[in-house]
Amino acid sequence: MSTTQPTTAIGKAANFTENRVGASVLVREFGRKIFPSHWSFMLGEVALYSFVIVVLSGTFLTFFFHPAMGELHYEGPWVPLRGVEISEAYNSTLAISFEIRGGLFIRQMHHWGALLFVAALSIHMLRVFFTGAFRRPRELNWIVGVLLLIMGMAAGFTGYSLPDDLLSGNGLRIIDGIIKSLPLVGTYVSFFLFGGEFPGIDIVSRLYTLHIMIVPALIIALIGVHLVFVVVHKHTQWPGAGHTEKNVVGEPVLPTFAAKGGGFFFLIFGLLSLISALFTINPIWNYGPYDPSPVSAGTQPDWYIGWADGYLRIVPGWFEFYIAGWPISFNINSALVVMGGVFVAMFVYPFFEAWLLKDHREHHILDRPRNNPTRTAIGVAGIIFYCNLWAAASGDLIAVFFHMSLNDMIYIFRFLFFFGPIIGYMITKRMCIGLQRKDRELALHGRETAQIIRLPHGEFLERHEALPANKLWKITAFESPQYVPAEPNADGKITGAEKLRARLSRFFFEDRVAPVSKQELDASHHDHHEVGSTDQAQIGH
Amino acid sequence: MTSKDHSGGGSQLEELNGFTNPGLPEHKPRLTDSDPRAQKVAERQVALWFLLSMIGTIWFIVAYFLFPLEESMESIRLHTMFVGLGATLAMFGIGAGAVLWAKNLMSDHEGIDERHDIHGSEEDQAIALEILHQANEESGIGRRPLIRNTLIAALALAPLPAVLVFRDLGPLPGNTLHHTIWDKGVRLIQDPGGIPSPESERPIRADEVTIGSAYHVLPSGIGDHENTDHPINEKAKAAVLLMRIDPKELKEDPARKDWSHDGIVAYSKICTHVGCPVALYEHQTHHLLCPCHQSTFDVTEHCKVIFGPAKRPLPQLPITVDSEGYLVAQSDFPEPVGPTFWEINHP
Repeated sequence: MSTTQPTTAIGKAANFTENRVGASVLVREFGRKIFPSHWSFMLGEVALYSFVIVVLSGTFLTFFFHPAMGELHYEGPWVPLRGVEISEAYNSTLAISFEIRGGLFIRQMHHWGALLFVAALSIHMLRVFFTGAFRRPRELNWIVGVLLLIMGMAAGFTGYSLPDDLLSGNGLRIIDGIIKSLPLVGTYVSFFLFGGEFPGIDIVSRLYTLHIMIVPALIIALIGVHLVFVVVHKHTQWPGAGHTEKNVVGEPVLPTFAAKGGGFFFLIFGLLSLISALFTINPIWNYGPYDPSPVSAGTQPDWYIGWADGYLRIVPGWFEFYIAGWPISFNINSALVVMGGVFVAMFVYPFFEAWLLKDHREHHILDRPRNNPTRTAIGVAGIIFYCNLWAAASGDLIAVFFHMSLNDMIYIFRFLFFFGPIIGYMITKRMCIGLQRKDRELALHGRETAQIIRLPHGEFLERHEALPANKLWKITAFESPQYVPAEPNADGKITGAEKLRARLSRFFFEDRVAPVSKQELDASHHDHHEVGSTDQAQIGH
Repeated sequence: MTSKDHSGGGSQLEELNGFTNPGLPEHKPRLTDSDPRAQKVAERQVALWFLLSMIGTIWFIVAYFLFPLEESMESIRLHTMFVGLGATLAMFGIGAGAVLWAKNLMSDHEGIDERHDIHGSEEDQAIALEILHQANEESGIGRRPLIRNTLIAALALAPLPAVLVFRDLGPLPGNTLHHTIWDKGVRLIQDPGGIPSPESERPIRADEVTIGSAYHVLPSGIGDHENTDHPINEKAKAAVLLMRIDPKELKEDPARKDWSHDGIVAYSKICTHVGCPVALYEHQTHHLLCPCHQSTFDVTEHCKVIFGPAKRPLPQLPITVDSEGYLVAQSDFPEPVGPTFWEINHP
């Protein structure tokens, strides 16, 4: 029972809710919860909001789409296809595009939204990686994030194949080829998936069930877990004056964060509306219905499948070999090994780094990427690995555009597959160390003021000005990970695993730029003091 | 999870590398915090965005009726664009208004939440342990291994039927992948796109195939429903490319010399990599290129792989000419077409 009797309509409604679900507890708990404000924390929000828009637009599409592969003769308004035998799925997608008012707009919003969803998810994960936000206590939430990325790709792929057009049909055929390359079970899995031989008449309705029910249900469940974890852990924050491992500084949910976040949802909605209003995507009416014989040149999957397709292009054929006539199609199924390897590496990285450093403490202050050069370099190596495969999926188009030989393009991609990440690693590590040195310089000698002073004996000096306390704190307040040598265990023995850890730890953290300490700064001020006083004296005269 | 609104954060100090955390910097007031005129401007700005959103919504409704969908691509483009721009304004207006409201008019004093241990207090942990012990005692799950182990075994077995019921997702492969509907005496017909009906078939005469030309080919009878239930499945295996090359340029294996007819050769169009149609024929070099993954096959040397990710050559369809001068198959493909699969050499 509340102590005051409500008089207004809103008050009465609030009272009604309060006495039935106890909403005041929730408001008290979450109403003034603090969220730090930084542009890089909005990337996950972009993913969340684009997912909501994809669910809304997708629900609309389900009312008009027929997930079936029965054949009929097209009789709609699109003249080039009149009388052509097409499937119900393709027919209904054409109807959504040409006969349902607003249909093409919403179909395009669904597709653009899906592309944005996976893109925002990926960039959000890069932010989390480069800032070390995956460290304890957030390792499990990182894993949930990787699962969301995988499910996002699955949602995209199952949806992409539904319209039963030429382009997506060829995409499915590639999937069928990859499945068939699996040793022992491949042919059976293919027959069970397609209900017999490719393409059959079942695949669209089966993918539809996955696309509108199972995959989105899993995504929604994972998002739920993800957000609960964010509440439990509270958000990370950038290093800065007043920010500590024990607090979180930012805006309260009510009203500021809610207004900004809610407003941001509408901004994303508006942006996707603009793109969908103006830019055609997946014009299936140009591709035609699926037919196993034709194919268009320059075929491309949606962007997030590109790296897998690119990998398939650059593997040489001799990777396939036969043992007593049984094929090992490593030229094809190694794509699954590579993709699986990337995801496994992502799953274990938080635990790997904690093991290397023997650092199992909680971390709520983010690393500036330069302050962990090896991690940042690994991240860049990963980006280069990914983007090289991604570019390889457009190798034919790139070759045409730059008037290069297609074969030479493939050789370049093969070279970069191995050496691109290594080159990227080395350059990035040096850049990070350079930036750290720059920070040291700035902390020790202050910022340049552009005031040139001439000393009595003719020497010119630029006056430097000490940084304000909060800037100084921002660039000095970080822990620089160090090589942790092998330590004996309880029995006084150094195990093989410990030796390996120590060797890896040395490789990771040998090169390091130590953060400036107060003692160093005081010492450097002392050195400058005489010059400073001369300046003063000189200026005074 | 209490939150306190106070700037300064004097109690949050922490030391690192000998430096002391200087604490939250002092709040810098915005123009709208002090100047009532700036406040008024900001307020109107927000309201204007919300007004624009209303205009956008009305615009959407008007455009929905004003630009009907007709048979022309033009009408579809206009409808999509104007409806979409209305939605853009409707959504963007709300978003921009809300964000500007938060940025310029709502308090921008930073708040601070304390972090607490994520794990429960020692008391919580002790009570939780006690509850679990009690549950163990009361159920006897620790004391009665017979019950426990049979339960685990039952739970482990129970999902098997759930796997088994998926058995009828599809038939077993058998040797279907080793055969196509090509057979001795089947005529080569032109592929018109889709599945040709038996009446519309256009068989190919050997003498109409000029040197340098290429045909997309299907087996006669593919559209005959007595012949096949799923013509598209058959087409996915039986599609063929037919080319005529100057016989002097062909480097034919003596054993396969009679598989071609006067420089006319027929090869499976389905890539042996992952099954895309190998649709690009460079008739200068006599190379076939798969547009999906760029596997390249040399037609003059029995379509052996000369570049790219495919391993096996494209299977050759042995052809000859029937009494009326039409091209016919001598048999089915002598080996399976399309991507490699496990049982490929063990039918």
